[in-house]
Amino acid sequence: MIALPAPKPEILARREEIVAALRTIVPGDGVIGEPTRLKPYETDGLAAYRQVPLAVVLPTTTGQVAAVLRYCHETGVRVVPRGAGTSLSGGALPLADAVVVGLMRMNRILEIDLDDRFAVVEAGVTNIGITKAVEGDGFFYAPDPSSQLACMIGGNVMMNSGGAHCLKYGVTANNLLGVKFVTIEGEIIDIGGAHLDAAGYDWLGLITGSEGQLGMVTEVTVRILRGPEGARAMLAAFKGTEIAGAAVDAIIGSGIIPVALEFMDKPCIHACEAFAHAGYPLDAEAMLIIEVEGSVAEQDDLLNRIKAICERFDPISLKVAESAEQSLAIWKGRKGAFGAVGRISPDYLCMDGTIPTSELPFVLKRIGEMSTQYGLGVANVFHAGDGNLHPLIMFDANDPESFRKAEAFGGDILKLCVEVGGCLTGEHGVGVEKRDLMTVQFTARELDQQRAIKTAFDPQWLLNPSKVFPLEGAPVPLAAE
Amino acid sequence: MSDLIAPADEDGLAAAIAAAHAAREPVAIEGNGSKRGLLRPVQAARTVSTRNLSGITLYRPAELVLSARAGTPIPQIEAALAEKGQHLIAEPPDTRAIFGSDRPATLGGIVAANLSGPRRITWGAMRDHVLGIRFVNGTGEVLRSGGRVLKNVTGLDLCKLLAGSYGTLGVMTEITLKVLPAPEATATLLVAVPDAAAGVRALSAGLGSPFGVSGAALVPGEPLLAALRIEDFAPSVTYRIGRLRETLAGFGALTTIEGEASRALWRDVRDATPLAAQPGEAIWRLSVRPSAGPAVVAAAGALGGRALLDWGGGLAWVAAPATAAAHAALVAAAEASCGACTLFRAPEDLRQSVAVLPQEPAPLAAIGRRVKAALDPAGILNPGRMRAGA
Repeated sequence: MIALPAPKPEILARREEIVAALRTIVPGDGVIGEPTRLKPYETDGLAAYRQVPLAVVLPTTTGQVAAVLRYCHETGVRVVPRGAGTSLSGGALPLADAVVVGLMRMNRILEIDLDDRFAVVEAGVTNIGITKAVEGDGFFYAPDPSSQLACMIGGNVMMNSGGAHCLKYGVTANNLLGVKFVTIEGEIIDIGGAHLDAAGYDWLGLITGSEGQLGMVTEVTVRILRGPEGARAMLAAFKGTEIAGAAVDAIIGSGIIPVALEFMDKPCIHACEAFAHAGYPLDAEAMLIIEVEGSVAEQDDLLNRIKAICERFDPISLKVAESAEQSLAIWKGRKGAFGAVGRISPDYLCMDGTIPTSELPFVLKRIGEMSTQYGLGVANVFHAGDGNLHPLIMFDANDPESFRKAEAFGGDILKLCVEVGGCLTGEHGVGVEKRDLMTVQFTARELDQQRAIKTAFDPQWLLNPSKVFPLEGAPVPLAAE
Repeated sequence: MSDLIAPADEDGLAAAIAAAHAAREPVAIEGNGSKRGLLRPVQAARTVSTRNLSGITLYRPAELVLSARAGTPIPQIEAALAEKGQHLIAEPPDTRAIFGSDRPATLGGIVAANLSGPRRITWGAMRDHVLGIRFVNGTGEVLRSGGRVLKNVTGLDLCKLLAGSYGTLGVMTEITLKVLPAPEATATLLVAVPDAAAGVRALSAGLGSPFGVSGAALVPGEPLLAALRIEDFAPSVTYRIGRLRETLAGFGALTTIEGEASRALWRDVRDATPLAAQPGEAIWRLSVRPSAGPAVVAAAGALGGRALLDWGGGLAWVAAPATAAAHAALVAAAEASCGACTLFRAPEDLRQSVAVLPQEPAPLAAIGRRVKAALDPAGILNPGRMRAGA
């Protein structure tokens, strides 16, 4: 288990006073202080960790967020920002002496401009909500994390979320124009806007993916894009992971950048097929789902090119969707992968490392060996174009030893990702989950440099504490201004 | 020109910065110095250059990544990519003509200035493709951020913070980029339009179409031309240009240029050649919402200057007389649409006397000073490059 800091008794003792003060800022039912009603906020998508917070506040305006943060800053209260609570890395895990500031009530779409191709939305608008608001005009918001029905754009900004289609369209950071940023001192700052490149330091780039360490975001200006004429998928199954990896290299090497290029290993194929009956080949060691975009004729042209490439690698099966319905059928298993693994194992941990794609066969072999060694099953899904690997480690949460082993197994996989030239997290964030592995990827000085930048925004370290940075290694004192 | 120190390797560069830090002596930071005329002049007795930190250190075409030392000239990187049928996604401008430099930009310089060309409208800015950096901070420590993989959210993203920081927060020594396959074919649809407002509407219609326009500029001349580029496999280029012609038929007379003629046009747009800036004129770069582009064109005209619109109208290059009044007028034009105005090139007295970058609100400026102090506590890196006294 990952250690969390002991709550400050002097803050716990002030609970009633803090709740009362928050109620003067956010009226009505926007402040939750009763322990029984705090329960729903005790965890996020990393459900193995739970902690009921001191209080929850649900502001409806940027002004309220600023006033809450100013109050917490002035009185030394820790703050945990929260969107929909879908973080898989424990990014929204509360602390006993922290106030959770939830943005789910800030869910208005403020402006849509199709001519200038942007939308301004509040942080609590769901990811899919943005696309829903513009799809009638043929537009969409590109990043599509698998939690997109629930996750909120404010959380996407804080975690720099990705998705299955970011090989072509990029991650959240590549699709933002501006944010309304609130500092822990309660200052409201507009960063960026409806234009592409703000001059000066790239604050937008630094804030994106900062996991709530630097401040909170209450409004977001996103780029919206006109969607393609259509999209279609194909499936290609191979006798070995190395062969599938070589096919991926050959596709990219031919100059084609598919809009999605997903890889599943044998355990994952089996789990998904049992769940979705998508017609996946059960004798394959590895399977690719490849999606292309354009008019029907363009889709045919690209799929034919890809098919010809795959044929050089002795495929077990090649299935090109003839229609949008067949495309959906091919995707059905992949999209249900997490649920499918959930059916064959009581619990699973979803890992999220990135590796150089050429290392895939070696990494899968090592993960297989570790699986035997730990005695825990694992299924791998992989965004093959960009090297983002999601091993799903199966365990039993009712057995503490099983959970301990699963965490150790996950840690070993992420260390392996770093060893082969990759990183600890491709899109889920460090959160609390990977915090103590940061020393595997960064030197002490590199972490100190990042800590010093955090201190420049949050001098008392009140924002989302005990996440991202290992607890040992005190905040770097700030040089005098 | 101050004394030039050009260390042979990263350790030497780190030692030079550490010595400057210990002595509290400001240093100018540059690669080839090709953009010395950009923003404000730095007052420093010594210049530290990355120009001898040169060479591509890793190139994996199938993984879409390339790493090179910061002093590697951009043309060398472009040539290596072209050999494998790939290219720099953001299409950074070649500013040699603008600044009268005979040395090409380095990778470090282009990233430190976050300069992007026409493809930025669809495929992202230079900073969007920086996957990892090695850099020396203001105390002489060698640090890393990011890595060599396409997807990475581990820790604070210092790559983006340093991209566009003009050497004031750290000296990048090695940069890893995402690269992409160069298109098999390219063609450009030219629409003769009566004025900038009609031109931006045509560009907007093209960018709002499903045909993947990868360049959208207004090329000055008689007539004014709205240019829309398609880059793709050959059959797709033919198909998409055809569909774009249908989409834009109502906007004016249409012509199509292909292959090298199309590529030459976009090189010119990239480098602001059609702006035809005269030697004595100043040059500004304004980033605004696209529909505000025509207002910037009007503002430039009122100053006796000219504008070139790229990025669908959202990027305005302006050439006009190098006066403080012209600068103030263009800053106001940018602010009218909440955009940003950068004084890109000007005689030294002008760029020393005005704010060359937009002013930041006080709370953000205060954070900026603290971030600067966190990376460069003695304030020795490129003092005054971006803002007076900072």
